[in-house]
Amino acid sequence: MIEVRDLTVRFGGVVPLDNMSVTMGVGTNGLIGPNGAGKTTFFNVLSGFVRPASGSVTAFGDDLLKMPDFKRVRWGLRRTFQTEQAIANLSVYENVLLVHEHSGAPPASRRDDVMQAVEFIGLGSKLNHAVGSLGAAERRLVEVARTVVGTPRLILLDEPAAGLPDDETAELGAIIMQIPERTGASVVLVDHDMTLVAVTCSHVTVLDFGIVIADGATGDVLNDPRVMQAYLGTEEVSA
Amino acid sequence: MTDITDRIDSTDRKGPDGAVAPNAAAARPVERSLDTRLPSIVTAASPGTVIALAVVLAAMLFAVPEVLGSFWLQVTFSAVVYSAVALGLGLLVGRAGMFSLCQVPLLAAGAWISLRIAALVDLPFPLLLLVTGLLTGLLGAVIGIPAIRLSGLYLALITLMAAGAITLLLKVFKFPNGGGGFWGFDKTVSSGAVALDRPSWVPSDVSFFRYTVVVVALLFLLVGWHIKGKPGRAWASIRQSQVTAVAAGVDTTLYKLWAFALSAFVTGVAGALLAAGPGGVSVNQFPVEQSIVLLAVVLMGGVYNIWGALVAGFLLRVLPQLLDQKLGLDPEILTILFGIGVMQVLLTAPGGIVGDLTKLGKKIVGLFTRRSSTPSTPSTPSTPAPTDTAAAA
Repeated sequence: MIEVRDLTVRFGGVVPLDNMSVTMGVGTNGLIGPNGAGKTTFFNVLSGFVRPASGSVTAFGDDLLKMPDFKRVRWGLRRTFQTEQAIANLSVYENVLLVHEHSGAPPASRRDDVMQAVEFIGLGSKLNHAVGSLGAAERRLVEVARTVVGTPRLILLDEPAAGLPDDETAELGAIIMQIPERTGASVVLVDHDMTLVAVTCSHVTVLDFGIVIADGATGDVLNDPRVMQAYLGTEEVSA
Repeated sequence: MTDITDRIDSTDRKGPDGAVAPNAAAARPVERSLDTRLPSIVTAASPGTVIALAVVLAAMLFAVPEVLGSFWLQVTFSAVVYSAVALGLGLLVGRAGMFSLCQVPLLAAGAWISLRIAALVDLPFPLLLLVTGLLTGLLGAVIGIPAIRLSGLYLALITLMAAGAITLLLKVFKFPNGGGGFWGFDKTVSSGAVALDRPSWVPSDVSFFRYTVVVVALLFLLVGWHIKGKPGRAWASIRQSQVTAVAAGVDTTLYKLWAFALSAFVTGVAGALLAAGPGGVSVNQFPVEQSIVLLAVVLMGGVYNIWGALVAGFLLRVLPQLLDQKLGLDPEILTILFGIGVMQVLLTAPGGIVGDLTKLGKKIVGLFTRRSSTPSTPSTPSTPAPTDTAAAA
């Protein structure tokens, strides 16, 4: 459960987030909007990379913005990046282990936890392969494994399907759908692939120029004429 | 300089076990013998690496002191000590992606600290090494503070300033020679080389050479243990990018300073060994520009492989003497050769000399295995390197 109240971010004269207020519950929440709508900025505020001008973010009763950036992982925040950021020089095992080691999870179950996360994304056979030697889809899966290991509470997925062909996006979607049940975490998914969003998300929020223009159950929001307009006005719907 | 690491990063994407882009056919047998042990120095050490290490260690302990005369033994001693310094710099550059041009002054600081402590209290030699390392490590962490915010060229410049400051202090106050006060320098005693007392059971140059080899081997183990453990993974994330590291929960301030501290610890211990070595230490032995040459040879040796440090030690200390004594050439030409060497590394071989030899070794092994049609073992990459260093020493 995340409550965002009047969140505003300013970069000089640009206002990527303007009085954003939204409540996201358990399960998978979609966050959509045209390019430049403020989706990644919102993730960067939650991660601590961007300091908001005003507003508050309360997650499971804790003030997220008060925590130092790296300590948010220990609290239970996980994220992936638009340009995939799994560590190329480390193996799949080490990539997932890295997050577990710094997440405050008990060391006793470290090996089992990491193995389960790797099995979850189906890369068990490539456990000791360097991530740099894997394909794009596999590297994205490694990022997903990093988000589910330990005890995550809030998982941010930033365009996990970007650049993937349809069949691989479908496989990724099947995995993403299992995350809330598996981990108990709230998941926020940003993606331009409307099929992926429709399949995985129960709730969708639409941002346009930093303002929430629609918010509600997935079916209702995706058929909202204002949403159609925002999308069709700037770019084609990719689904 | 950021560009340099980027360049290296993009081409050196091989796993910790040295395996490069495994093909689909090779993936099958791997699955059967999947190693699910938590990655550490133990899982990373292939039988080949262990054997190679043992061979190099045995050669240094038994063959080298027998074969070499006192002059070349002194040169080799210096190469062994400087390989520890190269190890420390390689750790910073290759693992954490940070540049330092302050390693040679830290070596001098290590020598100074050991001499000063030895004049104040009577510690057993191993304990003296440890305390010297810890104090130098602290100094290194202080020098590394700018790394919290800076990287690349700017960080290198700041560390170069720190190097200038340490060198200046050393020029003014010299090495302790039994005087009083904080600096322990007595002006009335004729200045020159100062030597640290060796442990009583290794009094000769030969026995102290063996002692040094063992200590440096332990330093390599210490660094290897870090690289393959939790700190090494944290450093790898920092090297990829600050944002990636933070998103993985890594306390980047802590791990950056830790890298500087460990690097300085290793360098400080090396300084104490140098002070107790043949001829002791003198102020002119540690010019600031030596740090730049050190960075060049460390890049040439290879920063992604622990063997690179041995090659760097050889290039820095043995090669100039070989040119001078055996070929009658002016060692100054090495500055040009190292320049060409660094360009070659940056343009074509980011893995350095060790990386090149590894590829060559793989090709040779590939030829044999194709004939006998068995899959190549992962232990092969590191084997060609030690034969080179052993032959060189």
